[in-house]
Amino acid sequence: MTTEAADPVDAAAIAPAADAGFLQRWGTEIEYILIPGAALVAALVLFGIFVALFGKNPLDLYWYMYYGAFGTWFSWQNTLTRAAPLILTALCTALPAQLGMVIIGGEGALLIGALAATSAALALQGMPPLVVQIAMVVAGMAGGGLWILLSGALRQYRGVNETISSLLLVYIALAILNHLVEGVMRDPASLNKPSTREIGAANMIGSIPGTDVHWGLVFGLIVTVAAYVLIYHTTFGFAARVAGGNIRAAKIVGLSVGRLILTACFLAGACAGLAGMVEVAAVQGRTNANLAVGYGFTGILVAFLARQNPLAIIPVAILLGGINASGGLLQRRLGLPDASVLVLQGIIFISVLASDALYGRIGFLKGKS
Amino acid sequence: MADGNIGLWTVPLAVLGGAIRVSTPFLFVSLGECITERAGRINLGLEGTLVMGAMSAYGISYLTGSPWLGVLAAGLTGALLGALHAGICSLPRVNDVAVGISLMLFGTGLAFFLGKPLIEPTAARLPAIDFGWWSDVPQVRAALRINVLFLLGVVLAPILFWAFKTTRWGLLIRTAGESADAARAMGHSVLMIRLRATMAGGFLAGIGGSFLSLFYPGSWNEGLSSGQGITAVALVIFARWDPMLCLWASLAFGGAAALGPALQSVGVTSGYHLFNAAPYILTLLIMIITCSPKRTLSGAPAELSITR
Repeated sequence: MTTEAADPVDAAAIAPAADAGFLQRWGTEIEYILIPGAALVAALVLFGIFVALFGKNPLDLYWYMYYGAFGTWFSWQNTLTRAAPLILTALCTALPAQLGMVIIGGEGALLIGALAATSAALALQGMPPLVVQIAMVVAGMAGGGLWILLSGALRQYRGVNETISSLLLVYIALAILNHLVEGVMRDPASLNKPSTREIGAANMIGSIPGTDVHWGLVFGLIVTVAAYVLIYHTTFGFAARVAGGNIRAAKIVGLSVGRLILTACFLAGACAGLAGMVEVAAVQGRTNANLAVGYGFTGILVAFLARQNPLAIIPVAILLGGINASGGLLQRRLGLPDASVLVLQGIIFISVLASDALYGRIGFLKGKS
Repeated sequence: MADGNIGLWTVPLAVLGGAIRVSTPFLFVSLGECITERAGRINLGLEGTLVMGAMSAYGISYLTGSPWLGVLAAGLTGALLGALHAGICSLPRVNDVAVGISLMLFGTGLAFFLGKPLIEPTAARLPAIDFGWWSDVPQVRAALRINVLFLLGVVLAPILFWAFKTTRWGLLIRTAGESADAARAMGHSVLMIRLRATMAGGFLAGIGGSFLSLFYPGSWNEGLSSGQGITAVALVIFARWDPMLCLWASLAFGGAAALGPALQSVGVTSGYHLFNAAPYILTLLIMIITCSPKRTLSGAPAELSITR
């Protein structure tokens, strides 16, 4: 292939062959970027048409979305702050997905994690901040982990569908949160918005130096890399992916599928629980119903858009965090309701799922292995 | 007694009234989902359909002054969302559970978006039939003020039961749900059957939503439905895909959902939020009791991805 390239005409003729070799090696990766990317663009176009129906200029829309998400250092910080919990709640869907499970209860684990972390902080008042913060991390992860473990155990021992049970647990978690926040854990001083007592300024985890972005983002990045290593470079991850691909084969080769399911669910819930801890310790400073703003639900979209790959979750979470961050600007400048972000997310979700049909069907990528 | 002071009897009466009143959305969504799932597809997006139905019913009722046009609009909106679900699911390699989740988020978001201007105004509400005219006790009369939609749902359940069992359409739907290959071999398009079944399911779920905004609670706001749709989807599973069992289960759920407000009305306020979560806890408990890891559920359509 290389020796005959002396004649320039021939070189041009064999260029596609060289391309095919390139495609053979990278075709799958290109598909994984190209198809979700195209789905995203299609969703943005559809959303542009949607707002045009309400008399808004789509070009203004795109500009404000870009400006509100990534236009200035201020909006970048806002975006990254919102991306942090999304990274963690997306892992709550992506980890069990390796086993072929569809867990959509990240919001519930986030709330329970926040409650557990707040309880730990309130119980340890007066201790050194580092001790309190570590206790909050442990409590938040344990609380969230146990919450999703419940879904995993119900699936494993009772055959209860994990998608439905994890979603039901979201509503139960919200009820428990409201019950405690308006009951035994209520701060008598919180009149209009029932809340727990504050965890104390000293115990807040603060911002990354030089920015307004809190340390939760770093937590998210560390956990994501850990999840990537766990899935692709450990026996546990390999076993999980085998079981996800073919559960019968996994059982035949002697994998303990039950233990895989329970572990994956616990870790998944722990990630979302950590998101709850971060929201308490870096943003809210206390637990109240403000925590249920839908990070858990957007996390599902992030996980699907990232095709359940932890490393892909990071850029996707930043993108979706940006869309969330630009919501305020769309409201102020274009007079769009705050729910427009939800509509856009829904359109993106639908368009990404529909694009699943395109894999292996794009003409020039067919040369791939 | 006639003065309405009936003490603790308030609670069972309110639960009974609630069973009738609150169960209607559960009933419509579960009957709709029953049709869809019998055809071999699961639509988790009915939560979004319910909210969209509630919003469009309220909007149309407000604009036209006719609540029944609102109900029709809600049904049509639901059918459209059902068609969207079925359309995407008919593409190759697309997972119906995931599409359902996406439509749940999309439907809720779209309803909040379009429904923003509807939070303030008051729309014409659906009428109720006073079955409690014989009683002097106001609580009894309140419990027996029954909406026509509930009666429609109660009639619809045995009709569906009969239709699944004896009609050509019922047979087609069941064939598509039990074995797509068999349906194909008979010369039918499985995708078309499922499209119609999902649209019918969406239509009913939309009507269930119209009940929320036009009768009880009877207004439009963003907290109108919190999980009734998904509870109703779960309800179909332990009702064993049987429309008559859907009816009884919906009544039980309505009663459970009415427990919180009923206890609050006699002054028990401490566990208010926990009692409000009663339907979800009940759903989980019943699923724990009735499911089993060892066998697929009896009566489960074989093509259904959620039970495999």
